[in-house]
Amino acid sequence: MTAFFENQLHMNSDWAWFVATICGILLIALPLMLAVAMIIYADRKIWAAMALRRGPNVVGPFGLLQSFADGLKVFLQETIIPSAANKGLFLIAPIVTFTVALMAWAVIPFNSGAVLADINVGLLYILAISSLGVYGVVISGWASNSKYPFFSAMRAAAQMISYEVSIGFILICVVLWAGSFNLNAIIEAQRGHGLGIVNGFWFNVLLFPMWVVFLISSMAETARTPFDLTEAESELVAGYQTEYSSMSFALFWLGEYANVLLMCALNAILFFGGWLPPLDWAPLYWIPGWIWFFAKILFFFFIFSWVKATVPRYRYDQLMRLGWKIFLPFSLLWVVLISGYLMATGHFS
Amino acid sequence: MIQAIAFYLFAVLMIASGALTILARNPVHSVLWLILAFFNAAGLMIIVGAEFIAMLLVIVYVGAVAVLFLFVVMMLNIDFAELRAGFVRNFPLGIAVALVLIAELVLGIGAYRAGALQLGIPDGAAAALPGRGNIDSIGAVLYGKYLFLFETAGLILLVAMVGAIVLTHRERRAYRGQQDIARQNARKPSEATVNTRPEVGGGVQL
Repeated sequence: MTAFFENQLHMNSDWAWFVATICGILLIALPLMLAVAMIIYADRKIWAAMALRRGPNVVGPFGLLQSFADGLKVFLQETIIPSAANKGLFLIAPIVTFTVALMAWAVIPFNSGAVLADINVGLLYILAISSLGVYGVVISGWASNSKYPFFSAMRAAAQMISYEVSIGFILICVVLWAGSFNLNAIIEAQRGHGLGIVNGFWFNVLLFPMWVVFLISSMAETARTPFDLTEAESELVAGYQTEYSSMSFALFWLGEYANVLLMCALNAILFFGGWLPPLDWAPLYWIPGWIWFFAKILFFFFIFSWVKATVPRYRYDQLMRLGWKIFLPFSLLWVVLISGYLMATGHFS
Repeated sequence: MIQAIAFYLFAVLMIASGALTILARNPVHSVLWLILAFFNAAGLMIIVGAEFIAMLLVIVYVGAVAVLFLFVVMMLNIDFAELRAGFVRNFPLGIAVALVLIAELVLGIGAYRAGALQLGIPDGAAAALPGRGNIDSIGAVLYGKYLFLFETAGLILLVAMVGAIVLTHRERRAYRGQQDIARQNARKPSEATVNTRPEVGGGVQL
């Protein structure tokens, strides 16, 4: 895009880069917001279908405009700040959650070369940014100066750190096989990975268990059911969001769903070939890469909703046990296994 | 040009947030300022081309260490009146530490003015390998030249971790029921429930 501004509009190169980057950010952030609104609608429709209900069906055709109506509603509401709250941090917390949820999308490749920041530490960047997500929750819980949000903040801090450790090991397995931290290079490494025809690491016998662990960990990392202990409504009202109203609440809401979409995208990129078609077969390449990518994201989002509609919530000690006593040793063992296999077969030479 | 702007932005923000870490009255605010300082340090690392170190700084310090700081500081309800009462008592110690620091600073500046130590001429041994990324270069050095030192550092950390666990570990079997998860998972409905057809008024044998 920099070349376009430089050649067509005759800007100097610094200025063209600046304008192109701003355009790129808007091109990612605005459709993402729209996608979040539609995905909330999809989520509600899927739960409704699984519970044999109709779901939102009043606002617009098939209820498609429900999320926008909700957005307008919260926008027009009054922002209430509890008098005992720490005002500055109380208002910063939702902004942190929302910003962090958007930032990680900078390195996600939507098609071959269609990425805002093609950096060689892309996966580490995502890990770094997603580890910041916990601050929004912890700060909001503390700044609310209220019991339930505080409990929720404590739970969130422990939960997100626990699952990040095993996610780190899973990412190492993928990186060892792909030989790069760059997300585009990881996708390219999956071309024809399974028997020369299937695009994706999931077809690999050694990496498939890691994908299962990653899917479950990504649900825990985004605090979706069955791991939504941070906002367990039967115990904590609404967890860290209890004292929030109006737009500050909506920012949490948008950030949460943007994070869920990011985790779906990561599942697609790391194990299912990102923007590559499922099979390495020429006619499938006629469909543009971003369509495959979005189809994969939606597939994983369906799995997320499916789980949310059907699986009961974990108890807190069960959550910690799963993270530390099962996933961590398992993924650590798998790192050794995979690196051993790759050394033995001469993958690195 | 843009490097200079970015450098001064990160540097000024880092020093300011470092100062605010010390000056903030509320310990939670202190930790949050510290996090901002870490962030700006990561920005400086990126400017000098050490993107791997920058990411590690954010992942390890911001993502894990500072969260634990915040966790602890939030849990401890620190009483400021008590802290200020301790100020007078610890004043002489503080003065002594400050004097040592000033002496070191004067010595350091004096040594600098006397001329730099001859540490050898930069021969490019510490430069990144050409055509390879940060991660490759650090990995090659860490797992090649310094393998044993690296492994030793890992062992020392392991020992420290084991030590911390041993110090805080308490046997709690006495008053807490143990849950055998494997046994629970292996249970089948046929072992756990029985179907009976009791006589009216006869009750069930348990």
